[in-house]
Amino acid sequence: MTVAGVMRQYQVVGRKAATDDHPNPEAYRMIIFAPNAVIAKSKFWYYLHQFRKMKKTTGEILDCVELTEKNSRTVKNYGIWLRYSSRSGTHNMYREFRDVKLTGAVSQLYDEMAGRHRCRPRSIQIIRTATVGAKDLKRNNGMQFAKAGVKFPLPHRVSSAKRGQRALSDSTYSTVRPTTFFG
Amino acid sequence: MPFTRYAEVGRIVLVNYGPESGKIATIVDIVDQNKCLIDGPESGVARQVIPFSRIALTDLTVKIQRNARAKTLKAAWAEAETTTKWEATSWAKKLSMKKKRATLTDFDRFKVMVAKKQKSAIIAKKMEELSA
Repeated sequence: MTVAGVMRQYQVVGRKAATDDHPNPEAYRMIIFAPNAVIAKSKFWYYLHQFRKMKKTTGEILDCVELTEKNSRTVKNYGIWLRYSSRSGTHNMYREFRDVKLTGAVSQLYDEMAGRHRCRPRSIQIIRTATVGAKDLKRNNGMQFAKAGVKFPLPHRVSSAKRGQRALSDSTYSTVRPTTFFG
Repeated sequence: MPFTRYAEVGRIVLVNYGPESGKIATIVDIVDQNKCLIDGPESGVARQVIPFSRIALTDLTVKIQRNARAKTLKAAWAEAETTTKWEATSWAKKLSMKKKRATLTDFDRFKVMVAKKQKSAIIAKKMEELSA
């Protein structure tokens, strides 16, 4: 699947189609991360037919609902367990991300896997996600920002022409060298 | 020259870019190396995640806990008299001066020219007196 932009979280519920012998088959619920509902339903069948004997043609989706973050006003630490296939095999992995929403952390995950491991979204399966307390973090990167009293300066601030800032965009010539030290 | 302005919980920042540009807010939490969570209930900045490249740190801070609610933030701002302190800084004064200049009408610019001429006339006269 192509993942452009932010991922969304869906709860998809489906079951095998009802027949005369089994009028009420068991329903299965999955949490799927996908950019839209169409891909979410497709991924639901992708996983379901690996776990149970059912597929899109023999089953029906009962419900597909987008789940929204309960509290997007605090930064949380998310631990994500995933399984991905690389060029030489498939591996399990555990990564941590700090973000305001779970879907934000998952989007970060896909971007980071692509950057660090050249891993395409189609090769990633998210096994489990969880909010992790600051003292249970295992990776250094998140730990240093989750610590109490974290502070750091912003050294070597470069003005970017993208933001219409003076340093690069104002005039072709200048008598003043740009400054990167702002305290 | 050591660093004196740190990105930390409670630091007052000026938003440089985006719909809220020109307003001040407080850093409520730090997400990671590039992003922080800011909030400015007093100045009309919605609580949001913003990258450091869009903000500028100021010298002012307020004493708050991480993830302070808007109510506690407002109280802390009032206690530290942040808005008055900010407006008294030359940085804020320069910003408001620029804003004012951008909204001048032609008549206002005429008035500015006349005032400048009067000022330089007074200075020139004084200089003549002193050098004589």
